[in-house]
Amino acid sequence: MKKNLLISLRLTIVLIILLGLAYPLLIAAVGKLTPGGGNGEKVVANGRVVGYKQIGQSFTGDRYFQGRPSAVNYNAAGSGGSNKGPSNPDYLQQVKDRIDSFLIHNPAVQRSEIPAELVTASGSGLDPDISPAGAYIQVKRVAAARQLPETSVRQLVEKHIMKPMAGLAPETINVLQLNIALDQLK
Amino acid sequence: MTGEIMAVIATFLVTLLLAYPLGRYVARVYAGQKTITDFMAPLERLLYRISGIDPLQPMNWKQFLKAMLTINMLWLVYAMLMLIVQGKLPLNPDGNPGQTPDLAFNTAISFLVNCNLQHYSGETGLTYLTQLLVITFLQFVSAATGLAALIAVFNGLKHRTTQNLGNFWMLFVRSVTRILLPLCIIGAVLLAVNGTPSGFEGKDTITTLQGDTVQVSRGPAAGMIAIKHLGTNGGGWFGTNSAHPFENPNYFTGMLELVMQVLIPVAMIFALGFYINRRRLALIIFTVMTVGMLCLVIPNMLAETSGSPAIAQLGIQQPTGAMEGKEVRFGPAASAYWSVVTTIISTGSVNSMHDSSMPVAGLTQLLGMMINAFYGGCGVGLLNYLIYMIIAVFISGLMVGRTPELLGHKVEAREVKIAALVTLLSAFLVKAFTALAAYMVAHHPDMAWAVKPGNWLNNPSYHGFSEMLYEYTSANANNGSGFEGLGDNNPFWNITTGFVLILARFLPIIGPVAIVGLLANKKFIPESPGTLRVDSWTFGMVTFAVIIIINALSFFPALALGPLAEYFSMIK
Amino acid sequence: MKQDKNQIRLFDPALLGKAFLQSVVKLNPRLLIKNPVMFTVGIGTLVMLMVCVYQVVSGDTTQGALWYNMVIFLILLLTVLFGNFAEALAEARGKAQAESLRKTREETPARRIGNAVIDGESLLETVASSALRVGDRFVCEAGDVIPIDGEIEEGIATIDESAITGESAPVIREAGGDKSSVTGGTKVLSDRIVVRVTTAPGQSFLDRMIALVEGASRQKTPNEIALTILLASFTLIFVIVCVTLKPFADYAQTPITIAAFISLFVCLIPTTIGGLLSAIGIAGMDRALRANVIAKSGKAVETAGDVDVLLLDKTGTITIGNRKATNFYPAQPGEEEAFIRYSALGSLADETPEGRSILELAAKEGIQVQAPADTQFVSFTAETRSSGADLPDGTRIRKGAFDSIRAQAIQAGYSIDPAVEERVRHIGTNGGTPLVVAVNNQVKGVIELQDIIKPGIQERFQRLRRMGVKTVMVTGDNPLTAKYIASVAGVDDFIAEAKPEDKMNYIRREQAGGKLVAMMGDGTNDAPALAQADVGVAMNSGTQAAKEAGNMVDLDNDPTKLIEVVEIGKQLLITRGTLTTFSIANDVAKYFAIVPALFISSIPALQALNIMKLGSPESAILAAVIFNAIIIPLLIPLALKGVAYKPIGASALLRRNLFIYGIGGILAPFAGIKLIDICLSLFM
Repeated sequence: MKKNLLISLRLTIVLIILLGLAYPLLIAAVGKLTPGGGNGEKVVANGRVVGYKQIGQSFTGDRYFQGRPSAVNYNAAGSGGSNKGPSNPDYLQQVKDRIDSFLIHNPAVQRSEIPAELVTASGSGLDPDISPAGAYIQVKRVAAARQLPETSVRQLVEKHIMKPMAGLAPETINVLQLNIALDQLK
Repeated sequence: MTGEIMAVIATFLVTLLLAYPLGRYVARVYAGQKTITDFMAPLERLLYRISGIDPLQPMNWKQFLKAMLTINMLWLVYAMLMLIVQGKLPLNPDGNPGQTPDLAFNTAISFLVNCNLQHYSGETGLTYLTQLLVITFLQFVSAATGLAALIAVFNGLKHRTTQNLGNFWMLFVRSVTRILLPLCIIGAVLLAVNGTPSGFEGKDTITTLQGDTVQVSRGPAAGMIAIKHLGTNGGGWFGTNSAHPFENPNYFTGMLELVMQVLIPVAMIFALGFYINRRRLALIIFTVMTVGMLCLVIPNMLAETSGSPAIAQLGIQQPTGAMEGKEVRFGPAASAYWSVVTTIISTGSVNSMHDSSMPVAGLTQLLGMMINAFYGGCGVGLLNYLIYMIIAVFISGLMVGRTPELLGHKVEAREVKIAALVTLLSAFLVKAFTALAAYMVAHHPDMAWAVKPGNWLNNPSYHGFSEMLYEYTSANANNGSGFEGLGDNNPFWNITTGFVLILARFLPIIGPVAIVGLLANKKFIPESPGTLRVDSWTFGMVTFAVIIIINALSFFPALALGPLAEYFSMIK
Repeated sequence: MKQDKNQIRLFDPALLGKAFLQSVVKLNPRLLIKNPVMFTVGIGTLVMLMVCVYQVVSGDTTQGALWYNMVIFLILLLTVLFGNFAEALAEARGKAQAESLRKTREETPARRIGNAVIDGESLLETVASSALRVGDRFVCEAGDVIPIDGEIEEGIATIDESAITGESAPVIREAGGDKSSVTGGTKVLSDRIVVRVTTAPGQSFLDRMIALVEGASRQKTPNEIALTILLASFTLIFVIVCVTLKPFADYAQTPITIAAFISLFVCLIPTTIGGLLSAIGIAGMDRALRANVIAKSGKAVETAGDVDVLLLDKTGTITIGNRKATNFYPAQPGEEEAFIRYSALGSLADETPEGRSILELAAKEGIQVQAPADTQFVSFTAETRSSGADLPDGTRIRKGAFDSIRAQAIQAGYSIDPAVEERVRHIGTNGGTPLVVAVNNQVKGVIELQDIIKPGIQERFQRLRRMGVKTVMVTGDNPLTAKYIASVAGVDDFIAEAKPEDKMNYIRREQAGGKLVAMMGDGTNDAPALAQADVGVAMNSGTQAAKEAGNMVDLDNDPTKLIEVVEIGKQLLITRGTLTTFSIANDVAKYFAIVPALFISSIPALQALNIMKLGSPESAILAAVIFNAIIIPLLIPLALKGVAYKPIGASALLRRNLFIYGIGGILAPFAGIKLIDICLSLFM
């Protein structure tokens, strides 16, 4: 018993150093070589940092493509989903309200065209992406709000479609980068 | 859609492709044969010398368990202390406070037992110091504990008659140095390259494109995320775990994390075949487990990819499936696969919010944890499977008219008693505590506790019941995932799940090790035509049936009142 | 013949009556608690009784209709009674079986040799057999019934053992040697013997077996204990399921009556196997008894099912008693008739079975001989190792082993025909024994003696092999002969030129390799091996030492009995295993009957789980409980007869039983409950 305890104590100390310190430091050293130096890849627009490439942010106006509803309002100090169950009546009411609101802002859109992702909260609350369908359906509104030709906005969307894993994975559009490009579109 | 399903199949196949050679390698490592990681030998010798370990000293099952439990109890005390005082320790750039004693109790146990149920959010509940010195450390050593226990069982099954199940310290150290650490370094580097933070900078404040000021939590997460999957631990660095874009930046890392969490559990099945030289048995166990997994994955994926019927009624389209709680970059198909894998393998990391899963998906997640042996956790999955095997051996032995034998050793009252106790334990822990919680919600919703029982649930009705059931099922399976809507960071949940966690971890390890220790002490009986071979497909079928029947009988009423009731009321 | 004597009808009216009475007596909680599963049903019954009483007294209606609760109470009571009945019936049958054996040996007068001595003769006193004590000596003469088990000290007698064995041919028992044991209840037909009592009254094997069956000293076997633990843990799981259902239902705002809770609980716990478990065990011993094997413990019967190696004596088991003459081979072709005549003449006085068989074979060839007057018969002696006859005309006929006849011939100056030598060798390698006949020291030919393998024995060995049991033949023959017989009979191994210690060593060697060994023996020098073997079956005719050493006694003295014993053991385990599977598999349907019934009122969506479309929640629950109760008596015949054992290999057998009792166990209650529900809907 005493012998076991002594071994345990020593082994624990050595392993804490090996696994809790040496190992993360090694990974941090490797991380230094990556974009963002291991502290998250930042996005710069107009000479200032406007966010992190991987972290979604809130876009509320009609002028921007909007990301998904967020249970934490895109505050990346934390993260969180809605954790609403699929049969929860309050939740279904909330989704219904989002749909109605979306239809008000996008009068040209048919209800049946709205992809679910735009009215349901993401898992992390920080989802940086929407699907191409989620972007296309907003093209008309954004183009109108910015008084841009619809085709050029549509082309911009097309250009931002990512097709990871040789097209097997879901196609995504990074909302932040799309909106930065949108700001630059004249 | 088909593309997404193809990607899931590819992920699984890649896992198998890696797991098979890894299994062979693992067998060689524990058998002390030459491997490509022999350069670690000096490090191991150093660890032995510093700690005063004689790696060659044989241990019987009691000595083995004593050593294992001693060091585990030490870790528990250490972890709890650190978590309580973390606020005053260095490496706390975000200035997070120490944990309350009940939360520290829960967290320390949770990570000690490889569960990683989290009643806090990583961004605010821990400091970088505790994330590394407590959480990451425990994620390594708890996985290594499971592996060492499994190898002890292998040793008992390997030899005809033996007292010696192997030296715990040696098996434990090798699990760290030869298996977990090298694989973690590879995994963590891949994550870091793909954008997961690994540096030590604290929370950042930025002004967004549209001018909001928000904060972004960061930290040296990559290393922890690698071990949380390879060790089937599951706790997230960030609150939303692997749904968080830093923790799981893109589809590739999603695949990587999926492969990492399934890798060792599957490799250990193959290792069983190589190590005790019963490849056919390994193949049959693998097949049974895979069929079991498919039985859960397929309905889950169907439910998720066909979308929510309630959302469909609102008149919008769900082109890829149900999206509440899911990330666009993963999509419902990969998220469905993940949600099953993480529950059958006791990882408990999530890339979507299980609370928002479709009822059938929630059902399969619960079943995965209740069964807890389709692949199962790092090392412990096979131990759980062994318990089912003992019961299957016993019943089918009787059915062929012969005192039951497992690999040449008679299974008698003592072994059946242990196996029955372990089986009983999980039914008891899950149902008794869920009943207690349900009782509080039903009868004392306004109890003047930190959080009133009436406010625990994030969802009403059947789904609320599922939240409570899920929490204890997850704790009992040492899984760690949750229906996270549950308000669980308060003394009631911290303390009750803490007890469930610790009992459900150690008894199911002690049980199989003791059974094999007892069996290995018995006279070896060579096989004859009258012997029921456990490496036959028929026996595989029996084991599968035993798994299904035991769990169905134990949990059917609870499942009927939770996910089944929700499912039927949604489709009507 | 003996089959009839031992056959007791499955539902003998007299036994049924006894069993009914016993099943009520067994309601005593102290008896009931031995069976944890049925004990919990008993508690449930009691609770329902209290609910009914409470309702009558208070008029409370929150617990459902009174008549309904009464019905539930009665069905639960029936469930317990059915379980008790199964056990009682098995006991009654076993007891009846044993009684029919014991009847013969009740109070018999015994003539004990007293201590008083007159004229050098001990005085005889007549006492009741129950007054005899171990070590007492008594006398039996022709016509006496032997009062108690014992060993003959003096004399020889023919004894009619038909009362015990059912075999009508009398047997010879004599002092000394391996045939010295007599059994109480058998009858002396001739001569006078002095017997020493070896067992106290009430302590004979039969008495012990009756006690085992009656339950007083019935101990659970290791497998039974393990199974009870498993069943108890299933029961506990269902305790948990039912107790936790209350708060679950509270959460779902569903009131559930006590009757529904208890019904669910009783339906779920493995009452079927719980009710039949002890009956199965008793029936196993009973089956052994019916095969005229007295097992000293239930464990012995169970162990028999696990046996890997079977040691069998060649003589009497594999071959019919003795060798027989099968061929005459004259040395000179054409002298056949003369040779046969000489052979027959030389065997006339040979009383050994071999000698008799030579005459029989000669007669079959159409040659009858009569010895001329004044023929001198020469009997077998150790020096000459031959026997024969000296005819009045001076012709000296000798027959014997090749070695001794050759020595005599060479001494007399004759050479040995190589054809004869070749013939001798040939017979030897074919498992036969050559007997050489010489006339006036000149070799005239060879008689071939062969062992006759019992008809049908090959099939039995094949069956054993398929069961995974290795058979070993033990014989005093030389290795060549032994090998031949072994291969013809189809045994897996043999011990040739066996001495008692060879058996012992063989058993030890097999056991060291982890095998379970069974053997049969009768002699005192078999005792150590019988004790060493995992299953030792002593023949009833054997010595007391042998009977004490073994764990079973075969009343028939039938060496092939071991094979039956192995099957009985296997059948016992299989019956338990299959009924357990059936019982547990039943729960699936019961869940589908009861769970929707409990919650349908508050969660109408769960109607989807009511896949049997049962009429109403009340009838669903009632149907499940009724099914649960009546399945016990329906399975009693199966429990008592045992599930048939098929030697088709473990995996195939498992698949078969899994299909019948597993799948069948899932499907049967669906049909049964639905049927009962339809019937109930006529009334409800």
